Amino acid sequence: MKQVVVLSGKGGTGKTSLVAAFAHLAAANHVPDAPSASQIRLVLVDADVDASNLELVLQPRQLEAHDFVAGELAVVDPELCSGCGVCETVCRFDAISIPSAPGPAYARVDEFACEGCAACLYACPQQAIHMQPQLVGQWFRSVTPYGPLFHAALRPGAENSGKLVTLVKQMARFLALDNSYPLVLVDGPPGIGCPAISAAAGADMVLIVTEPSVAGLHDFERAWGVAHHFGIPVAAVINKADICPQGTQQIERFCHEKKIPLLGIIPFDVAVTHAMSSGRPVTAVGGPAARAMCTVWDAFLQRLGNLE
Amino acid sequence: MRIAVASGKGGTGKTTIATGLALALEDRPVLFLDCDVEAPNAHLILRPELIWRQQVDRPVPVVNQTRCTGCGHCAEICRYHAIAVMSGKVLVFPELCHGCGSCVANCPEAALSEYGRPLGVLEAGSTKTGITFARGVLEIGELSASPIIRQLKKWAVRTELFPHALSPEAVEIRDAPPGTSCPVVETLRGADFALLVSEPTPFGLHDLRLIVELVHEMNLPAGVIINRDMANDGALERFCVEANLPVLMRIPLERDIGQALAAGQPLTAVRPAYGMALRNLFEHIQLLEARGIRT
Repeated sequence: MKQVVVLSGKGGTGKTSLVAAFAHLAAANHVPDAPSASQIRLVLVDADVDASNLELVLQPRQLEAHDFVAGELAVVDPELCSGCGVCETVCRFDAISIPSAPGPAYARVDEFACEGCAACLYACPQQAIHMQPQLVGQWFRSVTPYGPLFHAALRPGAENSGKLVTLVKQMARFLALDNSYPLVLVDGPPGIGCPAISAAAGADMVLIVTEPSVAGLHDFERAWGVAHHFGIPVAAVINKADICPQGTQQIERFCHEKKIPLLGIIPFDVAVTHAMSSGRPVTAVGGPAARAMCTVWDAFLQRLGNLE
Repeated sequence: MRIAVASGKGGTGKTTIATGLALALEDRPVLFLDCDVEAPNAHLILRPELIWRQQVDRPVPVVNQTRCTGCGHCAEICRYHAIAVMSGKVLVFPELCHGCGSCVANCPEAALSEYGRPLGVLEAGSTKTGITFARGVLEIGELSASPIIRQLKKWAVRTELFPHALSPEAVEIRDAPPGTSCPVVETLRGADFALLVSEPTPFGLHDLRLIVELVHEMNLPAGVIINRDMANDGALERFCVEANLPVLMRIPLERDIGQALAAGQPLTAVRPAYGMALRNLFEHIQLLEARGIRT
């Protein structure tokens, strides 16, 4: 079983559109004018847990929903708090303070800043603080027309996105191992920090979707840097390649320099947006981008076969 | 006035708007903060000369083996499982540590101290047109973006770096990372207004809903810019009406705008008319902020 994670560094380069197309192509030879299409059974994961969009194009039917409880928040008992302010001095996240408002002074917690470290609890001489576990989101097991999907919804503003990413990936992995799926395909988050690293952990390949803008190239280099740092093989796809041909050449040069296999280039095509608006993978709609994605899919499968 | 430009979905045009706004407000003292420390891009458009530099460290515990008795109190205290005690020996996992200092403060043998583990850097300078620019850059392979953003916000507003920090005319523009999790929260904390950039697609709308939920919870006044506007089913605008969010500006989907932005040109150079539109937008934001819902 192989696990492939799609990253980009920069957001909005087309990770989800490509993953949806791959899911569609993997399930069957739907595209009549594709050069060739190959079927493979796969388990899908949406690891962009704070902006999960894969479900909008794959029309999943939810089978299970589970609460995700992670991390804690400091809670002050105003009856016990003497307002001494020791908590404020030990908190390194500026998350607890004694407001100088008139009336009885007691500590208030800024729940957006609290990291649940409990430093205030350990330091409080009145034992006025306790920690409360946080329900920070939900995760789901669903079926799509193209295979099972594991996805999640982190509560806006919540922490622990990395843990939730790890959880949905693990669930997908178990299912894949139990049922001999040869591929787990993970739609990753943008960026290169906690959720992106959690998504890439344990992957057999990172597929980077980039675009030929100055920002796209800059962030491609950073995303590649992360995969390289963790020793994960990388392949790349250039999306919206014709928007800036010089930028595409620059990316090609970078790929050549770093020996990153370039699986293909995809032109800008409004059909991608239209497909998204009708809730379908673009390969189910057709057009220049869809045809290019078929070629990329073939190159991807070949690359996957060569991994060991 | 502190304006945070956010979106939920990535690639909707946050940096385009944030840099365009900074350039349009040329007659005011502007501090630009690139808070997308995982994928910072605003410098590619504003092209500042970066002359200030500051490393961001996270304090991480280190064990004095001669003092440590292996009692395991530190491992019990740590809420992040960053310390384990195995056969009387303390093991620290620095990448899990949040740097809260509880283990150090509560060790009965005073056997723990801290060292600074580098997470990234802060850099600052000015652009040719006089914008003070500062950004954070997360080290490749590091997990935590939020502490860098937290430091960036404090570091950049010192008067030695931004001489107009205390001027009532000063405008701070924060370019937020995508998503709605902790780095976005850190960027929005302390802002006066959330300028939300979306696009009329199902992905754009889905993620706008999430960021709107967050700014409402944080009690921030907000408005929306519809980028890459084109014929659509009107769902995005219906949502804005329902959520009582003013649509402050629209930028149509046009290939030549996209091409010029991709090459690193600012919006105000691609279409100078947007300079005036962005100045009007700023005045609109000032009005909205003045009668904002903040307490």
